[in-house]
Amino acid sequence: MSGAPQVDIRRLIAGALAIVVFSMIMLVMLPYVLTKPDVLPAKPVAYTDAQQRGRAVYIANGCVYCHSQQPRDPSIAPDQQRGWGRPSVPDDYVRDKPHLLGTMRTGPDLFNIAVRQPSRDWHLGHLYQPRAYLAGSIMPAYPFLFERRSGAARAGEAVVTLPPGVVPSGVRIVATPEAQALVDYLLSLDHTYPVQTVRAAGASGATP
Amino acid sequence: MSFTIGLLVVTFLASLGGLALFIWSMSNGLFGTESAASRVIFGAKEVGLAEEPAAQSEAQQNELQETMNRTGHTGEFSVLTVEEATERAEQDASSKWPVLMCVGFSVAWLVAASIFGLIASIKLHVPDWLVGDAWLTFGRIRPAHLNAVAYGWCSLAAFAVALWLMPRLLRTPLVGGRTAAVGATLWGLGVTAGIVAILTGHSAGLEWLEFPWQCDVPMVIGGTLMGVALLRTLRNRRVEHLYVSVWYIAAGLLWLPILITVANWPGVHFGVQEAAMNWWYGHNVLGLWFTPIGLAAIYYFIPKVLGKPIHSYNLSLVGFWTLAFFYSQVGGHHLIGGPVPGWIISLSIVQSMMMIVPVTAVAINQHRTSWGHLGALRHSPTLRFVVIGGMMYTLASVQGSIESLRVVNTVTHFTHYTVAHAHLGLYGFFSMVMFGAIYFMLPRVLDWEWPSNRLISAHFWLVMGGFTIYFVGLSLGGWLQGLAMLDAARPFMDSVNITKPYLLVRTIGGSLMTLGHLVFALHVGLMLLRRGAERRGPTLLRARTYTPITPNMAIGGSNA
Repeated sequence: MSGAPQVDIRRLIAGALAIVVFSMIMLVMLPYVLTKPDVLPAKPVAYTDAQQRGRAVYIANGCVYCHSQQPRDPSIAPDQQRGWGRPSVPDDYVRDKPHLLGTMRTGPDLFNIAVRQPSRDWHLGHLYQPRAYLAGSIMPAYPFLFERRSGAARAGEAVVTLPPGVVPSGVRIVATPEAQALVDYLLSLDHTYPVQTVRAAGASGATP
Repeated sequence: MSFTIGLLVVTFLASLGGLALFIWSMSNGLFGTESAASRVIFGAKEVGLAEEPAAQSEAQQNELQETMNRTGHTGEFSVLTVEEATERAEQDASSKWPVLMCVGFSVAWLVAASIFGLIASIKLHVPDWLVGDAWLTFGRIRPAHLNAVAYGWCSLAAFAVALWLMPRLLRTPLVGGRTAAVGATLWGLGVTAGIVAILTGHSAGLEWLEFPWQCDVPMVIGGTLMGVALLRTLRNRRVEHLYVSVWYIAAGLLWLPILITVANWPGVHFGVQEAAMNWWYGHNVLGLWFTPIGLAAIYYFIPKVLGKPIHSYNLSLVGFWTLAFFYSQVGGHHLIGGPVPGWIISLSIVQSMMMIVPVTAVAINQHRTSWGHLGALRHSPTLRFVVIGGMMYTLASVQGSIESLRVVNTVTHFTHYTVAHAHLGLYGFFSMVMFGAIYFMLPRVLDWEWPSNRLISAHFWLVMGGFTIYFVGLSLGGWLQGLAMLDAARPFMDSVNITKPYLLVRTIGGSLMTLGHLVFALHVGLMLLRRGAERRGPTLLRARTYTPITPNMAIGGSNA
């Protein structure tokens, strides 16, 4: 019966706690200390209320499960060549709660979608029916963000301009406030401003 | 810069230390040593008795025993005494209600999660299907699937296994069964509220952490209550040695509430730091919760069914500590190429590679225990699920380590390949082990045999076939998707179009898996309602003996 290690419960608990705390220091606390800026950078600017509401629509409908927001370095992948923008840096995200970096590219990266696709009409129509713009797209349609109306036009309704044939004549598609806010958010995704090189370098190995 | 290098050096040295410990334990005569601690799960002279509550007849149990006699019986007289059987029945009875609650809830969530997953899968190749209602949109159904799997099915099954195993491992009735039942209820309520929140558009927005923090509160309290019941049982133990499964379960139950609390703390995390935290959590809930419970089950059920102690007890302990240390720091490999400080990613890649150490420890132990007895898989449903789950653990872990290498990750990152890999871990490994565990536990808990052998077989073949199709198809599609995305000469749409046939294949595989789960749920339902032909007898827990008729058979049969 000898030879087996005398197991001490306290040692098990202490060791298990030490390990999880150590990993927390490395992956949660140190990133906090190292990426928290003393003052918020001038760019990106704060979201407007409408953009913030649109961000909530983006989160509620899980856009993040198919779209990343983190262009990679040209040495790794041709993200920049696809028009997705320069490699992103921690400062680009300091105002983001929650973060929306994403882990999937069933669809393209959206970090600079406002630059690539600045048309509000295009976004609204594309959300209503993506396949009216890109035949092979597998993006879901979001008819629940729109209202289908016919008859007399009402004051102030945001009628969506759609390619011919998407809806029968006499029917018009009106964007709900959610759809409009979502597009406000998408049109805020412009991270083409230059970044400080010191903090930019922090992303690729060195820390300030 | 010096800070970065210093940090890397420290981690690397610590990692090497782990490796040294591993090698030392192997060369120090510990490797292959069967210590007293590995016999804790058996009665005084029980080694040599095969046990399979999910066997359908005395004949099947005897075939299992005969297989073991031919391939590995010690040739000794084996016995489970009346006293030992009674004691064990008392332990099983003490955890009955919380275990039944957890199993019932978990199987219900398995069905719901499978349907969510199947809908999400179909939507990827039929994008205009079910688009009218917000709650059915892909971006809600997909996280509903993940969370229902992780916190509904897997976690509740894990609690069931923990609550049932601990009294057996500690040879004492569960203390605080009522506390545990309250805990299971709170957990279940939290999960239900969380899924409703996701479907109604109130997701918190982080992968693996979609539940609003308000839903996490009852889960943390519930998980802690179950942990407290088990801790009190631990203090009441009647064994000299703690079996390795106890280590894994105790640590897992300690880690889980900490992980959930830190990750969901409102108002603290932001931007890139939150992304790092997100994957610290995302990988730790796998590494420090599901993996320990899955391994605890493997370390119990394989030896128990075979009637043969694990190959090396000490190796399993080394595996435990290296798993905890290395696994807890691999999360950063989800952000390779991202805007995260480079040292975090390097750290996580180093630790991902070091994961090969604990994985090898488990693999050696598991395969050395079951090797030579694979014939027993034919006669034991529990073993079929658990052994295959264990093999998938090895596969998933090695694949994960390789996937963390930059050269591979560049291709697989942002693709369906990662989704396939995640399913190899949480389904191929964890869920398969949980299926096996439930097949073993329920007859003991209910003192009632499984109504149908055929339903068990149908479940096994449906999920095995379905999962194979799923995994192979999606891995291939994901890899091609990654290659297309990396090729600047090809338009992005190429990477979408190339995956379409594979997404269809995934739906086919997923449908078979879902069908398998419906069969399983039906069977569990029949069992809980005590329906079907009453066959109380041959495989229920009772005193048994085995006398080898020809002890030489044990030696002669070793070439089988």
